[in-house]
Amino acid sequence: MTTGSSVGAAAGAAEAPRAEPYNEEVVRAFVIATMFWGVVAFLAGVYIALQLAFPALNLGLEWTTFGRLRPVHTSAAVFAFGGNALLGTSLFVVQRTCRATLWGYVDLWLTLVWVVYLLVFAGTILRRREPHIYVANWFYLAFILTIALLHIGNNLVVPVSWFGTKSYSVPAGVQSAMIQWWYGHNAVGFFLTAGFLGIMYYFIPKQAERPVYSYRLSIVHFWTLIFLYIWAGPHHLHYTALPDWAQTLGMTFSIMLWMPSWGGMINGLMTLSGAWDKLRTNPGLRFTVASVGFYGMATFEGPVMSIRAVNGLSHYTDWTIGHVHSGALGWVAFVSFGAVYYLVPVLWKRRGLYSDRLCAWHFWISTLGIVLYITSMWVSGIMQGLMWRAYDELGFLQYSFVETVAAMHPFYVIRALGGLFFLSGALIMVYNLWQTARGTAAPARIAMRPPSPNLAAAN
Amino acid sequence: MRFSHEKIETNLILLAVLVLITVSIGGLVQIIPLFTIETTIERVAGVRPYSPLELLGRNIYIREGCYLCHSQQIRPFRDEIERYGHYSLAAESMYDHPFQWGSKRTGPDLARIGGKYSNDWHVAHLIDPRAVVPESVMPTYAFLERPLDYADIAAHLRANRAVGVPYTDEMIASARADLEAQTDPDADAAGLLARYPKTVVADFDGDTKHVTEMDALVAYLQMLGTLVKFTDYTLKDLRQ
Repeated sequence: MTTGSSVGAAAGAAEAPRAEPYNEEVVRAFVIATMFWGVVAFLAGVYIALQLAFPALNLGLEWTTFGRLRPVHTSAAVFAFGGNALLGTSLFVVQRTCRATLWGYVDLWLTLVWVVYLLVFAGTILRRREPHIYVANWFYLAFILTIALLHIGNNLVVPVSWFGTKSYSVPAGVQSAMIQWWYGHNAVGFFLTAGFLGIMYYFIPKQAERPVYSYRLSIVHFWTLIFLYIWAGPHHLHYTALPDWAQTLGMTFSIMLWMPSWGGMINGLMTLSGAWDKLRTNPGLRFTVASVGFYGMATFEGPVMSIRAVNGLSHYTDWTIGHVHSGALGWVAFVSFGAVYYLVPVLWKRRGLYSDRLCAWHFWISTLGIVLYITSMWVSGIMQGLMWRAYDELGFLQYSFVETVAAMHPFYVIRALGGLFFLSGALIMVYNLWQTARGTAAPARIAMRPPSPNLAAAN
Repeated sequence: MRFSHEKIETNLILLAVLVLITVSIGGLVQIIPLFTIETTIERVAGVRPYSPLELLGRNIYIREGCYLCHSQQIRPFRDEIERYGHYSLAAESMYDHPFQWGSKRTGPDLARIGGKYSNDWHVAHLIDPRAVVPESVMPTYAFLERPLDYADIAAHLRANRAVGVPYTDEMIASARADLEAQTDPDADAAGLLARYPKTVVADFDGDTKHVTEMDALVAYLQMLGTLVKFTDYTLKDLRQ
């Protein structure tokens, strides 16, 4: 409190402390955008997954090819769905944890530039009436700063003409590969990990009504995670023309990264000490807690796959796709769902969700979807890797490439089914939250908890 | 003085500066030496800038997201070398802005696809993959049979020169003529072949009236991996 109170006092002196209401309008808009883009991303994913199982579904059209739609799916999932979840939650959390309303006229500006996002976020922290910057905000801040750095580094290009869209990247070949994976892996590390850890550090304590398990572990988790993550990119380039020293560095730091990742997982899960019973009554909390479990699984699988010998088998196969989705669906989407289930009743001033039971349906159908997705990709990925390197008794390659493609078919069907489950769950969520926001009273038979007297009166 | 994290978490500017320093170290250590260590790119003869038609074909390859299912990076494994050819060198993608190594093989690696199939096979395969390979899950690319937009081809070469590809003034001046000559087997291709050795000259898709996107893409595929003559080198020569 000693040094902290002076900063807090300075911030308070600059602006006379008054009871300003939090800016929730903008957060509501981001929550709606998160749900919209989530459905778009999942729908695009299911469609292209089905195309790999049944290529005729491409319909012979230029704009529906896998090559065109996969970037749409990825961008919608990472930047539109994940990005809106991060923007919305961060602007919610920073106000509550600083006890200050948003700095500036956020509504107009935010759509324009990332820099303004940083200014709004940092400006709110500077106005805080709490001496300490809360741990969730460290993670959000690292995410905002590092994404800016990555974005600049990865977009050094020379355009063909002033008004055209085509440009050529400044680095070429091996340097281009290293820089793009420095960008690519840290988009995972800072966008999809650090940012969402910010969500974890606020919403799990809130939902569990318990303080974060360990303050010290938060500090160690934060600094080691952001230091180590940035080195991990070259594990995407094992056995390529990237020099061995860079590959070895990438592998070494990726393995070390297991430790802070699990430190964060432990900090999140242990926060539930003494509050585990809440999982029975708060289905939103189930999502956040399960997400931390998936985070732990994906951050163990990642270091394993970064070992060169393992990567020799897994690289270029569906194993990587399964790994990405255990993180994207199990961690990123689940923690976002958990946050959104918490936020909608708060932001729309409702007593609770329209239906806890629908929320539970969403949870189980999505979990089943993820399990189908990642298990089918494990099997297809490892099988394909082994088929590529199989030799027959005469010393010839046992399988032609296309035989390995044909062998993937049943797993692609199962994967698409898993995606369909996940999409269905999201649609249930949208319906449930829509009804919650509208203030529809829950039908008594759907409610998991007995309705409050007020709600019963409204019926 | 005893360290307390309180100093950092109560000072936004200090926190932000320390974060920026912490996240910068790894990237700097891994990226900068790749530009300064000379052995990063092997010294081999034969790698040349793309011919104008190949360059636009490569742009179509990127536009259509081919890299999402096809790698261009052969690893030094026995099975990969037997299946695809010599392992890939950094030198072979030194003029690739950006690289196309890929990270997924839903379809086979294409780093050395050049010359393995006829032009006719490629065109038939792109128009209807399952007519040629029944088990394929590749989409159809019949729509590439449309005129190629190459009005600004010289600007493409200039932009590449700006990022370090050694296109000469002569190459830029003759870019349009070279592009058209590559699709016309009756034209005098001596200049083109002098500027871009090993270029495949052909009317790739049988459409003699137009230079099509199909022509450009097949021209690109047919040169992939053909530039370095590996019999001239031992493994020792290729050490990074």
